[in-house]
Amino acid sequence: MFSPDRRWLAALAPVALLFIVWHVAVVASQSLIFPTPWQVIVGLVELARQGLLIKHVVASLFRVTYGYLLAAALAIPVGMLMGWFATAHTLLNPLVQGLRPISPIAWIPLAILWFGVGDLSPIFLIFLSSFFPMVVGTAAGVMTIDKKLLRAATNFEFTGFRLFRSVVLPAALPQIVIGMRIGLGVAWLVVVAAEMIAVNSGLGYLIIDSRNAGNRYDLVVAGMVTIGVIGFLLDGLMRRLERLDEVRWRYET
Amino acid sequence: MRAKIEVRGISKTFPTRRGPLAVLDDISFSVGEGEFVAIIGPSGCGKSTLLGVLAGFEKADRGEVSVDGEPVREPRRTGIFIFQQPSLFPWLNLEGNLVFGLNGASPEERRRLVAHYISLVGLEGFEHAFPYQLSGGMQQRAELARALMVRPEILYMDEPFGALDALTRLRMRAELLRILSRERHTVLLVTHDVEEALHLADRVLLLSPRPAQIQTVIDVTLPRPRLLSSPALLALKASILKELGIGEVAEGAV
Repeated sequence: MFSPDRRWLAALAPVALLFIVWHVAVVASQSLIFPTPWQVIVGLVELARQGLLIKHVVASLFRVTYGYLLAAALAIPVGMLMGWFATAHTLLNPLVQGLRPISPIAWIPLAILWFGVGDLSPIFLIFLSSFFPMVVGTAAGVMTIDKKLLRAATNFEFTGFRLFRSVVLPAALPQIVIGMRIGLGVAWLVVVAAEMIAVNSGLGYLIIDSRNAGNRYDLVVAGMVTIGVIGFLLDGLMRRLERLDEVRWRYET
Repeated sequence: MRAKIEVRGISKTFPTRRGPLAVLDDISFSVGEGEFVAIIGPSGCGKSTLLGVLAGFEKADRGEVSVDGEPVREPRRTGIFIFQQPSLFPWLNLEGNLVFGLNGASPEERRRLVAHYISLVGLEGFEHAFPYQLSGGMQQRAELARALMVRPEILYMDEPFGALDALTRLRMRAELLRILSRERHTVLLVTHDVEEALHLADRVLLLSPRPAQIQTVIDVTLPRPRLLSSPALLALKASILKELGIGEVAEGAV
């Protein structure tokens, strides 16, 4: 529909429309505390000048990185075990499926009880939130490996670690990457909630603090916009992974 | 001709919800070195199961298969299985797929083998193509090349051209004959296509309906290259179809 160089323009049009409607609505309602888009931009610039924006962004990204990498380091091997060994699946799947639907937000009281107020609590919550999508994705990836491929590899006398490295891992990789993308998305959702309670830095803290310290809704929305932009960029990064030759084959028939 | 494969008294039963289902019943035969044997039978008669047992992918309940006097217990790289659906590794390009099964070959040796087999199956220029970028016929050629790369002594082919369109199927048969004329292998081919069997094989084993037994063995002594329209081949085809109980249908008499 749109040529590649026009696609950006096309994607920005609804955003511009939203800003116009938003501005008109604020002006028409004569709201005293709800900011116009312009006020939010001014707020963003103010935060950036004070060095607060970068500080909070780095704090949030730092927690997400730790929690997420920890989760990936555990979830991918566990998912592989569950996908490959029926016994591991029988043992662990009910546990995983039972814990998975519990919102990470519900874990906040326990996180504070166990890890106190500080970086560990949000890191734990991020770990929990991204662990399950990655376990489930990896297990599904291994379980749905085309049996023909395993048969062919067996025919060439591939067994044990060699079979795992040459066939199981590459065959499951696209599903693992999907799990990693979903996991990162959820981690980014959860970091904000976690930071509203347990710490005094990060974008979640910025939002709740701006509201509590004098109803600075311009900064509240500035924080939200920042979260949106960074989440968008993170997802874009993960989508680039899906275009690698090692992963792309899954999407071609 | 010395016996390459010895099959003695193979029987196999599958457990099902409605009780045990006998699939193979006391099958014995031998295959000579370099011989091309086709196995034909009605659909569902267990011919694919038989081939799986011969290649070591499935266990027989009774009986034994041996290759060069050694019992077959698991799949080995000396006998490569070729399926109806290509089983190329989709994350590897053609070259990657071809070298997959190679053990400890030097880089020069790899390059030489890849070049040789790519040209043997006529896929020059597609070295860096991924399987999903190749047509069904090309994938099946690549599958054959990957099998030949490890210099197997036996090829087990389970309806290898069954998923291809009629024209490509004919072309692939001719290609297979051309390749085998250059590099002789012992071949076991499972097919439901009588004409294909007569076109390719030295000997045809006709299986009975389940549980499969060897009903008839036909030595195909027709001279090569074989003409599909030759009266001798057509007569042989008619007699096999009659054995299968579908002679009249095939001749259009019904």
